[in-house]
Amino acid sequence: MSRRVGELTAVVLAGGLAYEREVSLHSGRRVCEALKQAGVAVRMLDPDGELLAGLAVDRPDAVFIALHGADGEDGALRSVLDLADVPYVGSDAAACRMAWDKPTAKAIVHAAGLTTPAWVALPHSTFRELGAAVVLDRIVERFGLPLMVKPAQGGSALGALVIRSAADLPAAMVSCLSYGDTVLLEPYVEGVEVSVSVVDLGAGPVALPAVEIVPTSGVFDYAARYTAGMTTYHTPARLPSAATDAVATAAVRAHEALGLRDVSRTDAIVTADGVVQFLEVNVSPGMTATSMLPMSIEAAGLEPGEVIATLLERAATR
Amino acid sequence: MTGTTLDPYSGRYAQRTDGLAVSEIRALFSVANRPEVVSLAGGMPYTAALPLDAVGSMLGELVAHNGATVLQYCAGQGDERLRELICDVMALEGITGASSDDVVITVGSQQALDLVSRIFLDPGDIVLAEGPSYVGALGTFAAAEATVLHVVLDEHGLVPAALEETLAGLAAEGRQAKFLYTVPNFHNPAGVTLASERRAEIVALCERYDLLIIEDNPYGLLGFDGQTLPTLKSLAPDRVVYLGSFSKTFASGVRVGWAFAPPAIRDKLVLLSESQVLCPPMLSQLAVAEYLSTQPWREQIKTFRELYRERRDAMLDALDALMPPGCTWTKPEGGFYVWLTLPEGLDAKVMQPRGIAERVAYVPGIGFYADGAGQREMRLSYCYPTPERIREGVRRLAGVVEQELELRATFLGSSPSSDRLRWPRGSAPGPELA
Repeated sequence: MSRRVGELTAVVLAGGLAYEREVSLHSGRRVCEALKQAGVAVRMLDPDGELLAGLAVDRPDAVFIALHGADGEDGALRSVLDLADVPYVGSDAAACRMAWDKPTAKAIVHAAGLTTPAWVALPHSTFRELGAAVVLDRIVERFGLPLMVKPAQGGSALGALVIRSAADLPAAMVSCLSYGDTVLLEPYVEGVEVSVSVVDLGAGPVALPAVEIVPTSGVFDYAARYTAGMTTYHTPARLPSAATDAVATAAVRAHEALGLRDVSRTDAIVTADGVVQFLEVNVSPGMTATSMLPMSIEAAGLEPGEVIATLLERAATR
Repeated sequence: MTGTTLDPYSGRYAQRTDGLAVSEIRALFSVANRPEVVSLAGGMPYTAALPLDAVGSMLGELVAHNGATVLQYCAGQGDERLRELICDVMALEGITGASSDDVVITVGSQQALDLVSRIFLDPGDIVLAEGPSYVGALGTFAAAEATVLHVVLDEHGLVPAALEETLAGLAAEGRQAKFLYTVPNFHNPAGVTLASERRAEIVALCERYDLLIIEDNPYGLLGFDGQTLPTLKSLAPDRVVYLGSFSKTFASGVRVGWAFAPPAIRDKLVLLSESQVLCPPMLSQLAVAEYLSTQPWREQIKTFRELYRERRDAMLDALDALMPPGCTWTKPEGGFYVWLTLPEGLDAKVMQPRGIAERVAYVPGIGFYADGAGQREMRLSYCYPTPERIREGVRRLAGVVEQELELRATFLGSSPSSDRLRWPRGSAPGPELA
């Protein structure tokens, strides 16, 4: 039986121990504010040893996971919430595990017919055992330059680098592998950078207006993502109508191919010839003041608080 | 169709804000406050060692009996009684015969640093500072758009020959630094203390080159053997602005520090401070005055010394036992910090994500330089964690260093790092870490 929004109780999980803790705390606070405005009784919790006891004692109707990085996106926490029979907004643990691992997600969406830059994902041990120089030479030979180097898991562009000279590649590998044991390398694709959010408010997954990203520095790195003024956002993206339709279709198809639920955000590049190159998908999109999901929601004429409340309501009655 | 930068004030900010941006480094620090992480990053004094019940009663009585004054404005120079008491504290620090008339109370010594920077520095002016130097000072110099030239220090503090070389080089170019900023005792971040014989040499050099000295001495009473060396101020009263603080000897949360300056400088400090804050907070000032008047503060400092000595020992023992070959570190005789240098080729900033993943936090060395140096260095703080946590933190750190050595060997052999990145503005540690 459906609850009225004014009767909903919710917990927003934010913080955590991932590299994106600060981003998560910003997201969590903004989600809480939006939900309060929508009339939802909400409290924010930082997941720790008290979490399960707290959820058991004061059980919410549903949880909104505003955790980014491994804490919120690798599926582990969602498995625990499932064990505790606590409903939550967003994809289940199995889908998260696939989306969280970028090489896995690329393989799945590629098999579903989407275009994604060629890639190779290798752990440190492979470089150590086969010799880094020879492996890197082969990668440059195959993909050319510039190359995108990023951790196979993770978000907010942490550890991600654009490499334009092969001489810079070894140092970039050291830097990237400090964020995780496996590195993803792919050709750097020129084009219009877009972020497309997908929400399912009950009628199936729908793409919201795409956000076009134009970082002042040319690189959408951590600073450009979270410092107001360092990136210009166009919502909807300034794309021809065919490309607009194509990115929306690609985002929904990625959402479905990965078995995602409720909400996701796909990052992609639209090349000069109109091809949509899938880069990665996020199962716990940022909700900060500079995040793209809230921009897309507002561009669609919706209120963030109402959208999140609806997602909570759906989760509570699932 | 126009886009948005999400900042309607873009284009209106002063040029000096260029480069102020959110950074990965600062994001990683946000994890350091979680209890799962052993933070060897923060420079927070261990205020739990204070007699909190007694201090609580003291504060209650202060407001109950003297509330109308405690909750009022005061003179911009600060409360007269506290300025007299500060002269007693400075006597303990090695400055005798100070006049309370030349003491200006500030909101922590950080405000004093900002005042000094605003008084003396125009954009492009040169400041000399130890390399590494206190990150909070570098922040005020950057805000004043000054250029910092670092002067090397070793285990005995600032190296006089290096200072002379820098001064002579500037003179040869027809340039002059505005002042030398130095932390002679139990240096933040390096942990070293300026040797007694070097103090006279440095003062003599500054006399010869007519250079003002800003002497920052927040840790002076925290020598583990109770030792005090002659302050530069005592050696050259008219050439030194002396900065003091109650953050380490009483409580960092009261935000009370002071500047003891020659009269001409003092007048400017007072006038500028009034334009900044009107007056230092009276509640905090009278809390400190009451603490100094009614509580056994000298005994409390001994308690702090013993506590920090035990933690210093825990850190040095753990470093000796656990760190991989090639790491070196300073051996502080007081204060809060050990300065660690990694093996050739490692980069403390690059390996910071691995540190967070292994639940140990430190401050990468580049934060303590204005010129991008310090890549192999890091500051380890022992003031806040218990000895057990310190040992665990060092154990984790040793593992991180070993993994980085392996990674470096895979991709870069043993060659040193060639990339030299500046510490982005806005990415310096926050106050809880500075």
